[in-house]
Amino acid sequence: MSKVHVSTTVNGDPVEFLAAPGMTLLDALRDELDLTGTKEGCGSGDCGACSVIVDGRLVCSCLVLAPEAEGRRVETIEGMAQGGRLHPLQQKFLEHAALQCGFCTPGLLMAAKALLDSNPEPTETEARYWLAGNLCRCTGYDKVIRAVMDAAGELRQERTA
Amino acid sequence: MEATLSQLAYLAPSSPEEAAKALAAAGARPLSGGTDLLVQLRAGRVKPDVIVDLKRVAGAIGVRQEAGGFVIGSATPGVLLGEHAALVQAWPGVVEAANLIGSTQVQGRASLAGNLCNASPAADSVPALIAARAVCVIVGPSGRREAPVEAIATGPGRTSLAQGEFILEFRLPPRPERASDAYLRLIPRTEMDIAVAGAGVSLALDKDGRVAEAHVALGAVAPTALLVAEAGQALLGGKLDEDSLGRLDEAARAACRPIDDKRGTIEYRTRIAGVLARRAARIAYQRAGGQV
Amino acid sequence: MSETLEKPAVLPALTVVGTRPIRPDGADKVTGRAAYGADFTMPGQLVGKILRSPHAHARIVSIDTSKARAVPGVKAVVTGADFPDLASEVHEGGESASNLRDLANNVIARGKALYEGHAIAAVAATRAEAADEALARIKVTYEVLPHVTDVLEAMSPSAPVLHDHLFTEGLEARPEKPSNVAKRHRLARGDVAAALQAAEVVVERRYTTQAVHQGYLEPHACVAAWGQDGRCDVWSSSQGQFMVRTYCAKILGLEIADIRVTPAEIGGGFGGKTTVYLEPLALALSRQAGHPVKMVMSREEVFRATGPTSGGVIEVKLGAARDGRITAAQVEMSFQAGAFPGSPVGAATMTSLACYDIENFLVTGWDVVTNTPKVAAYRAPGAPIAAFAVESAVDELAQTLGLDPMDIRERNAVVDGTKASYGPVYQNIGYRETLAAARESEHWKAPLGPNQGRGLAVGFWFNIGGESTAAVHIAEDGSALVVSGNPDIGGSRASMAMMAAEVLGLPIERVRPIVADTASIGYSMLTGGSRTTFATGMAVVQAAEKVVQTLRERAAKLWETTVEQVEWKGAQAVCLDPAKADKKPLTLEALAAQAGRTGGPISAQVSLNAQGAGPGFGVHICDVEVDRETGQVSVVRYTAAQDVGRAIHPSYVEGQVQGGVAQGVGWALNEAYIFDGDGRMENPGFLDYRMPVASDLPMIDAVLVEVPNPRHPFGAKGVGEVPIVPPLAAVANAVSRAIGVRMADLPLSPPAVLAALDDAAA
Repeated sequence: MSKVHVSTTVNGDPVEFLAAPGMTLLDALRDELDLTGTKEGCGSGDCGACSVIVDGRLVCSCLVLAPEAEGRRVETIEGMAQGGRLHPLQQKFLEHAALQCGFCTPGLLMAAKALLDSNPEPTETEARYWLAGNLCRCTGYDKVIRAVMDAAGELRQERTA
Repeated sequence: MEATLSQLAYLAPSSPEEAAKALAAAGARPLSGGTDLLVQLRAGRVKPDVIVDLKRVAGAIGVRQEAGGFVIGSATPGVLLGEHAALVQAWPGVVEAANLIGSTQVQGRASLAGNLCNASPAADSVPALIAARAVCVIVGPSGRREAPVEAIATGPGRTSLAQGEFILEFRLPPRPERASDAYLRLIPRTEMDIAVAGAGVSLALDKDGRVAEAHVALGAVAPTALLVAEAGQALLGGKLDEDSLGRLDEAARAACRPIDDKRGTIEYRTRIAGVLARRAARIAYQRAGGQV
Repeated sequence: MSETLEKPAVLPALTVVGTRPIRPDGADKVTGRAAYGADFTMPGQLVGKILRSPHAHARIVSIDTSKARAVPGVKAVVTGADFPDLASEVHEGGESASNLRDLANNVIARGKALYEGHAIAAVAATRAEAADEALARIKVTYEVLPHVTDVLEAMSPSAPVLHDHLFTEGLEARPEKPSNVAKRHRLARGDVAAALQAAEVVVERRYTTQAVHQGYLEPHACVAAWGQDGRCDVWSSSQGQFMVRTYCAKILGLEIADIRVTPAEIGGGFGGKTTVYLEPLALALSRQAGHPVKMVMSREEVFRATGPTSGGVIEVKLGAARDGRITAAQVEMSFQAGAFPGSPVGAATMTSLACYDIENFLVTGWDVVTNTPKVAAYRAPGAPIAAFAVESAVDELAQTLGLDPMDIRERNAVVDGTKASYGPVYQNIGYRETLAAARESEHWKAPLGPNQGRGLAVGFWFNIGGESTAAVHIAEDGSALVVSGNPDIGGSRASMAMMAAEVLGLPIERVRPIVADTASIGYSMLTGGSRTTFATGMAVVQAAEKVVQTLRERAAKLWETTVEQVEWKGAQAVCLDPAKADKKPLTLEALAAQAGRTGGPISAQVSLNAQGAGPGFGVHICDVEVDRETGQVSVVRYTAAQDVGRAIHPSYVEGQVQGGVAQGVGWALNEAYIFDGDGRMENPGFLDYRMPVASDLPMIDAVLVEVPNPRHPFGAKGVGEVPIVPPLAAVANAVSRAIGVRMADLPLSPPAVLAALDDAAA
């Protein structure tokens, strides 16, 4: 078996690992880099629990081969809080009780971050459709959407301040 | 002996010729967005020896305007299509079709070529591309050739591409004034499902608002997406009156040859194909400037 | 035991309970630090995988594992032969009793494969690829048998029989032959036949539902290590580490204290993780291999081999007077139990009429085995199915009589003092108040748009108490630990901390809740039955009260006075002794600092078996819009009112309501197990097992009604399960009213709705 040597950047840090060519980015993050915040819910791109951001694009890491990460910029949930300070989305999720079991939360936060990076002023409908790829079985999405809309408002304020 | 996932090789060629060469081997498989291939790999439904990643091939990703039309790199993810203002303006149907595939995450990766060559009868981007009269530029061991999109899929999971051939880019023809398109599909939820039926309609109107050109394609109602000539003809010369819409509906339904499966029955798919063709025609018409 | 309990006239003023602090485990969950079942590793661990039956029903003629053992890297292979045969033994672990023999046979097959996906063998290897190869080399010879998945077919005399030893229980006489009917449940009162005969109006209909899965996002996962000395360690996400311990001990023939189970964070359970699938296999493999074994299910395995809840067929016949008073109710239900007995039809029987005061009824429930995965508890097990049928029937009755659906519920509502259909006399229930809250809502008064319909439905769940242990420890600096043994599946950790903080008088930030392993805290029944805030909360409060008593005694000692002269207020001991007027209050920190000198560590543990859990009632209003050309249904507005007793943390109570509603909507509209002609599941993935996504739902308005349960120190009632009971009928009634056709079969997929529209037009 010949593994592929992959050099990539994860949450701003340069990292290297060996990957079997058929290994997914999800497996590489969890098993090679010990970044277990990204979860496997289905392994087939239908639940979004494995969502990460690659070169600024929201993707399912279970649908990306590990070697494809070569030279790319990968962001995971572990990089969302900066310098010990929670991202406004993380903070709002807590304030709004937008999580119960928390399993879908890392993927949802990544997806919400990607949403607000591309659309700082989403409507409720836009937020719901953007996040449709992130299944949540606990919350019924109500508080999740409220948290996202609230965080959007806060981020807009931070930008204009 | 088929390679297990751990024996798989991964190549990322940077030129079309290199890619064609790599794909010429019997156990080689192209990788575009990966949103179909990885699911199949994991399920053991495909067992390639070599995966040839086409995303780093020059010209594979991107949208450019050329000779009045558009050229779309075959590995371009749907989300990039939506960010190209001129493309959205000219071909909103093609763009919305590509951006209905899967989820936001999937749209960040899934490509037109992958969607087409995976050859699912229900592929969302295909009816819109067929209605748009899009053409594929194919690169292979014997050089380049062109083929209309509807010539690619030959049955579920099968294409007319020879070993070593891959789609390099899609070309959309120049758009006359007062032309637009639309794609609609029916799914049980609001997102995330495979289409139970899909309809792509592309129209061009004359200066009086009458339909001068009409192309209608249906998805998920036959082994491959269908270009339904009679459906397009039903609209010609009119302004989408109830009568022509009725004939459109009938022609659409008559062309359907779907199967019964866990996603839909023959009866339901056929009926919905007619409904969607009508609705997509109305949207395309309004986008083209017609008054309904 | 009957007791008349008074409603407290005024709720005591509270500082922490009822507020909405950030949950203590929140930061870990939003940063990806929280460790779930698959996030844990032990040094030297192997990968464990399972070989599963491809047949829905087959005799296992032989299993040859020799070639599998020869694969390089394979360290262990087990089959049913590696486990002791258990005698039939019923274990009351959660809301439903479990037969340990059946549980053991479900974990790994003995003699017969009873459903597609049934575990036949398991392997452990150093690499996943080696494990896969080993599975491929296990040679199983099957004798394929005819199978049955449909519940009514399974009941017919010509059906293939799953178990030779299964003779229907609950009948007047034991049948001569075995069958697939495990048990008949029955509740009766009065003379239903006569009452139906005499009724002025009768409605009658058959309803059907399909098997649905709990749908938790986290697949089952565990890491297990069998030590050289026979002591075992298990890390797993479950709804009860003590349940895991007990089941593993029984299935493997171990002493319970030889297993320590550490609870991982759990990514959803909803009842589906109140049993074991992987842990006994992982332990058995670890014993053979001499290394820890990690096992993680794929999503496909979760669907093929873990418990959904039953599909069912329910017939309801209601008799009523013209004024809406229901005089007779006859309900007959048949539920799929899956491969082994134990569907929730018993609970369904008990809950089906629980909201109604009816003089004459007969409720019959049939527990039927089928060649499908053994069902597991799913949030108020059985009740949503029964409520779908009964609430649809009541809605039809209302329509027939031209009565407002809210009025007909009012007219027949149970109140304090009513004898419930399932036996006890209701006390301190808030059903009437919840109906009123729904009636007063903006939603109920809002007009409907074109192609829209509004459905009303009510629901009930008992909620349980049960055994719990909790401990409160005061550290030397006065900070507090609350330790309990219930996995946190809905925010209970926060509630435990809040209740302890309230009693101790501390701000919540100074109270740390811990969910401990089985060796570090006394026994607790699993998290289920909406019991944790009630029962474990009760233990927490009592432990905190004991700590307060100790603190008062320590202050009394220091002040050389009696404990009666010491008041605990605002996290301080205050001296009431007039003779000691110079004594300034002692803070908790000050007392904690002197704990050693005044008697030792300040700590208390309470074990109890909580009684007096208050049942919950829900009243739901759902508006849908129907696309008449395609049959698609959108839920456009939803309000769920529920009697919660007292909302300890209102945000998490609302969350329980909203989550249960979402599951119910999915159950009503799109979720279903689809089996092919060979009894194989066709949709074992999230693509075709269609759970609601964010764009499928509107905001869900949770209206919390507080009619306190005086048996709980803060008046709490269980809240987690009631919310899933009404939505099936709320949605179905809405669709029925939108299109003018009674929808009696779930799910209400677009083709079904379109077909109903066609029937109406014809």
